[in-house]
Amino acid sequence: MVDLNIKIKDLLFKNPVLTASGTFGFGEEFADFVDINNLGGIIVKGTTLEHREGNPYPRMAETPSGMLNAVGLQNKGVDNFINDIYPRIKHYDTNILVNVSGSKIEDYVAVVEKLNHLDKIPAIELNISCPNVKEGGMAFGTSCASAALITKEVRKAYNKIIMVKLSPNVSNIADIAKSVEDEGADSVSLINTLLGMAIDAHKRKPVLSTFTGGLSGPCIKPVALRMVWQVANRVKIPVVGLGGIMNPIDAIEFLLAGATAVQVGTANFIDPQISEKIVQGIEDYLELHNFKSVYDIIGLINREK
Amino acid sequence: MKKQIKDFVIIQNQRVSPDSFMLRLRCFDPLEEIKPGQFVEILVNNSQSTFLRRPFSIHDVDYKENIISVYIKIVGDGTRQLAYSEEGDYLNLVYPLGNGFEILENKKVLLVGGGCGIAPLLYLSKKLNEANNEVDFAFGGKSHDDIFSIEEFEQEGCVSISTEDGSFGEKGYVTQSQLMYQLEEYDAVYTCGPEPMMKALAKLAAEAKVECYVSLENTMACGIGACLCCVTETTKGNKCVCTEGPVFNTKDLKW
Ligand SMILES: Cc1cc2nc3c(=O)[nH]c(=O)nc-3n(C[C@H](O)[C@H](O)[C@H](O)COP(=O)(O)OP(=O)(O)OC[C@H]3O[C@@H](n4cnc5c(N)ncnc54)[C@H](O)[C@@H]3O)c2cc1C
Ligand SMILES: Cc1cc2nc3c(=O)[nH]c(=O)nc-3n(C[C@H](O)[C@H](O)[C@H](O)COP(=O)(O)O)c2cc1C
Ligand code: FES
Repeated sequence: MVDLNIKIKDLLFKNPVLTASGTFGFGEEFADFVDINNLGGIIVKGTTLEHREGNPYPRMAETPSGMLNAVGLQNKGVDNFINDIYPRIKHYDTNILVNVSGSKIEDYVAVVEKLNHLDKIPAIELNISCPNVKEGGMAFGTSCASAALITKEVRKAYNKIIMVKLSPNVSNIADIAKSVEDEGADSVSLINTLLGMAIDAHKRKPVLSTFTGGLSGPCIKPVALRMVWQVANRVKIPVVGLGGIMNPIDAIEFLLAGATAVQVGTANFIDPQISEKIVQGIEDYLELHNFKSVYDIIGLINREK
Repeated sequence: MKKQIKDFVIIQNQRVSPDSFMLRLRCFDPLEEIKPGQFVEILVNNSQSTFLRRPFSIHDVDYKENIISVYIKIVGDGTRQLAYSEEGDYLNLVYPLGNGFEILENKKVLLVGGGCGIAPLLYLSKKLNEANNEVDFAFGGKSHDDIFSIEEFEQEGCVSISTEDGSFGEKGYVTQSQLMYQLEEYDAVYTCGPEPMMKALAKLAAEAKVECYVSLENTMACGIGACLCCVTETTKGNKCVCTEGPVFNTKDLKW
């Protein structure tokens, strides 16, 4: 038997596979396809202080090996999460993380203060990297100073695990990672979507109502891997890698680059069972190559220089 | 019924017109009850530019043989690759998706289809007839090529047809056809087709004070309510077409 457990600070995950925010609903949407209890964790949809309707349709453009989305944080607000959704999902035997988003630092703080009281939410993912909202969102994640400031304020208000989700739309992601680590982040996850655009030449119009959107899927994997590797070599806190993971081998590449855990995003749309298959695939890989624990391969490429 | 992900085998791939075809897909396990208006998401093999699954309405269901039929119009690479698929090939489906049409009882109903929007109306009409409704059809298309399965439809009700070029039935849009002057005679209208057609019909139905159910075809990524890409504006805010639709009562839409 191989040991799939990983830890972020003192929080145990039964395996290193989580589902990415915005791609797995609240878990319930996938209950017919996967046993949620077999996942390391789920990260629910971006949650803001107030209810948001998101951007107008069309919000999605397909690309040859990925997609652009401009959903724009449609959600019913944190109170709705606490009162309606949390009671329905809290029985899952896995770590449920809430992805916290907003336009103002005060809003982020207000959301995490409310989440602090929920027993079955052991951690939050602080989204400072959403490219699809006009204010805030990605802006917090694109400079070291603002990333540090928001982490510092949220740290004061939240006493459980904070994972900060980083934007790839920056020139030096490792610097940003370091600045949030210095302000008390327990982990960083990367990458969020890359800013992109699609145009319909026949209609001579942009495809998305917002013109630009966030690119995800296998087309971003090489960029994500590179960034995870850079960040893992810069910070001491655990790095959670994502971006274009479609199968177990993709996930293993992120672990080898230095990620302690991975998130599965867009792949859930193509194969709603993929998250569980990736857990199994990682176990099979470790067994096949005689590794005893996931930790044996985390950052392996950096050790064997 | 629970949502499933399964491989189906193609037992027939038949050209219906130069740019459309009918797939009959057999499931190896007994099919559970599917609601009319629900759809499937098909994984397209061998198409480099097709990353996401493709949604298609369920045209008909044969529970004895465990067969689902889908009618597909070729509009891009994904549908073209599906057209090339052969009998004996496997296709991976996620199904059944969406809310489906509400089935009234003992009423007189009109089913209006445009182009590939005709597809979901066959299975719908069978279920409506089982519930003792009187069913009429009005179909529209650009030309004769867009109209299909007429013999099957005629077993379920009276069919009238309009084509833009006049190659079959009345010439013009279906929403300008004779039947549209007697909408009051119906208790409800069910429709699927191009959005301009459905909007025109929704307006006529509202004027005639007849309930109008539309099936929308917004572009989708996940098909199961997780990504929020497929939303339409309703009087109660944005709703997912894939889970809270594809069928909506037009009075709930911001049309
Ligand atoms: C719930 C639902 C049910 C559907 N039922 C059927 C059906 O029974 N039969 C059928 O032939 N088609 C149906 N469609 C539409 C079908 O899904 C698209 O035609 C198909 O996805 C196009 O794939 P493609 O790769 O060939 O084209 P693409 O290369 O993706 O697109 C080619 C062109 O078609 C347009 N297009 C793509 N998707 C849609 C869409 N959803 N609505 C309108 N235009 C689109 C694009 O804008 C583009 O101009 C349905 C769609 C939905 C959402
Ligand atoms: C439709 C969609 C919605 C998303 N919503 C969110 C969100 O609310 N919060 C967030 O932090 N990331 C969101 N993301 C980004 C993903 O969590 C992930 O970072 C990104 O898609 C890259 O991973 P992938 O290539 O595996 O999908 C969303 C992505 C998609 C495709
Ligand atoms: S297609 Fe993803 S929510 Fe409807």
